[in-house]
Amino acid sequence: MTDLIMGRLALLLTLLATGGLIVYIVTQNKRAYLWSYRILVAGFVCLSLRIFFQYYAMGAAPVLTLKSALSFFAWTILGAYLVFHLKFRLMVLGSFVAPLVACLLIISSAIPSTEVMVKPMFRSVWLTVHVGTSFVGDGMFAVTFVAGIMYLIQERQIKKKNLGTVYSRLPSLATLDSINHYSLIWGFSFLTIGMITGAIYAQYALGSYWRWDPKEIWSLITWLFYAALLHERLAVGWRGRRTAIMAIIGFMVLSFTFVGASLWLSDYHSFRNLGG
Amino acid sequence: MIHIVDIGMNHETAPVELRECLARDPTGAEIALAWMRDHGAIKEGLFISTCNRVESLFTTDRVEEAEGAVIDLISQLGRIPSTMFSPHLFTYRGRDAVRHIFRVASSLDSMVVGEPQILGQIKEAYSKATREKTAGTILNRLMHRAFHTAKRVRTETGVCDSAVSVSYAAVELAKKIFYELKGKKVLLIGAGEMAELAARNLLSQGVSSIIVANRTFERAVELAADFQGEPVAFEEIGSQLLEVDIVISSTAYPGYVITSEQVKKCFRKRRNSPIFFIDIAVPRDVEPQVNDLENAYVYDIDDLRGVIQVNMAQRAEEALKGERIVEEEVIKFERWLSTLAVVPTIVSLKDKAELIRQAEIRKSLSSLGPLSSHQMRGLETLTLSIVEKILNDPIVLLKRKSERPQAAAYLDLTRRLFNLDPENDEEVEYEHSGDDTEGQGSS
Repeated sequence: MTDLIMGRLALLLTLLATGGLIVYIVTQNKRAYLWSYRILVAGFVCLSLRIFFQYYAMGAAPVLTLKSALSFFAWTILGAYLVFHLKFRLMVLGSFVAPLVACLLIISSAIPSTEVMVKPMFRSVWLTVHVGTSFVGDGMFAVTFVAGIMYLIQERQIKKKNLGTVYSRLPSLATLDSINHYSLIWGFSFLTIGMITGAIYAQYALGSYWRWDPKEIWSLITWLFYAALLHERLAVGWRGRRTAIMAIIGFMVLSFTFVGASLWLSDYHSFRNLGG
Repeated sequence: MIHIVDIGMNHETAPVELRECLARDPTGAEIALAWMRDHGAIKEGLFISTCNRVESLFTTDRVEEAEGAVIDLISQLGRIPSTMFSPHLFTYRGRDAVRHIFRVASSLDSMVVGEPQILGQIKEAYSKATREKTAGTILNRLMHRAFHTAKRVRTETGVCDSAVSVSYAAVELAKKIFYELKGKKVLLIGAGEMAELAARNLLSQGVSSIIVANRTFERAVELAADFQGEPVAFEEIGSQLLEVDIVISSTAYPGYVITSEQVKKCFRKRRNSPIFFIDIAVPRDVEPQVNDLENAYVYDIDDLRGVIQVNMAQRAEEALKGERIVEEEVIKFERWLSTLAVVPTIVSLKDKAELIRQAEIRKSLSSLGPLSSHQMRGLETLTLSIVEKILNDPIVLLKRKSERPQAAAYLDLTRRLFNLDPENDEEVEYEHSGDDTEGQGSS
């Protein structure tokens, strides 16, 4: 019951905040921003409580159905955004992140809830850590993705010498590139921990580190993609437009791994089998 | 009856030759203020003299005499006969004068709308007036409200937001590329007023060093000394491109000083860190194709002018909002001014006392218990006469002063002592120096 109320409340608050943040980006009204930000934080708190309740009730990380996985993902994106907000104080980032989070929550709430039988093997600390870190990594990459889109828009404005309303509302290229940089490093670190703990958990629960499950393969592809991007960034000195485009492609791959591989391809990572 | 009048000329009404005549003498303002202080018809006075405007703001109860006197004053200051400049004068009276000074302080009346220097100039003029003791109750209030209005216009509208000069537009662009300019390196190629101004603006934004290249090395050394920068030979430009973040180019060279090939080569060594070319030269110094390279941004003089045009249009739009704020503040000021008459002040003083008296009687009645009508009458008489006795002297004094020059001061003090305008008690802070020194536009 609490779960349901908190979920609804989080959705409502996020939608409200999204509306407010869109008003902010159009009118540049600081008060609209301030209130939207507070509402968004309240939404984050509700979502956190909800996930805590779910975890408490099930004894396992609430990612066993697409419905709960999406709202968990929304939670980590929001969390990643709030962390980056503390560092960069970038109001306009919220106007881009909040709609994404709201979309995920809407899709999640539209999916009918099903009775979930929690298998005993899911009640493991390793699984919680595996899921938690992987999702935090995904959340960070979502921020990278959003910053990448913003970078491409702003770069285009400056290159085309079109310095109008869009230009004045978006932050500097250096700021966006720097968000791209940090979220990439943190996202990659978390994803790596997620993959390692996943392997350990698989060994402990299923008897082998790696089973060539489609989700595992796609996760590896995603990981390799981001590893390559990070390498180019740190060692070769890529930056700006190229990394922004890569961050966007990377997030596409990640999204496919997240939804596609789990729904259609996967074996034991599939939501069908998880929930069953 | 006190009138506020503003007589003067600005960039719209008078040609520059005329304004020059009046702005020539740096002590002109002090002379004018002393003169106004000594003139019988002028009660309070303020004299504004910048290169775009000369005007005198004063209060008087003999309007025509005072206006004639101020025109004489301007004629003496500029040593020109009044027939020569009177067609170029504007005269605002009453509400129009209030609106005018609010608009001037808010930079809505400036040649470049929104330029920030005018507020500092008005503050300076006002502080001269307070030093010369020509500002009294009305002008003090008026000027504080003018500063308040200017602050509102600046914060609530975008009138001052966007750059309207080439060098500022370049700085703003640099900030949108690099976020902060602290620690960035600038290469200045060639010389020229606009290029040097841009370099100076970048320096004031915290740019760490300026490297100067010039065809003639001596000139480079000279310029570098100006900026405390480092002179380099013209041939070194290629290698400098590996280091610097911003390039300002303004040479008379007919071909391209910087080619796309040259820039492309250096990106690997620069680890792709962005580079911003500000090309002020005509013909252009930087090959336009450089702009197609990743992480390279080229703005030539036409691009920058285009930016400015857009910004100008934006400012004009924002100025409309500013006019609305000015109108609001004019109405507030008028309301205050209208209370500065003797009769309304006495009336509101009596009203306030009566309100207090009745409230106190009501409070005490409960503890006094049931009273006979006789006692009740006694209570009324007692309280009434206390109130009357207390208010008698202030009222007599106000009536006696009503014909004197300091009447406004007494009335204002009375209203404040007895708190007769509770909704109006926001004290306007007067920051003299302020943060408006960073400037562009008029000088």
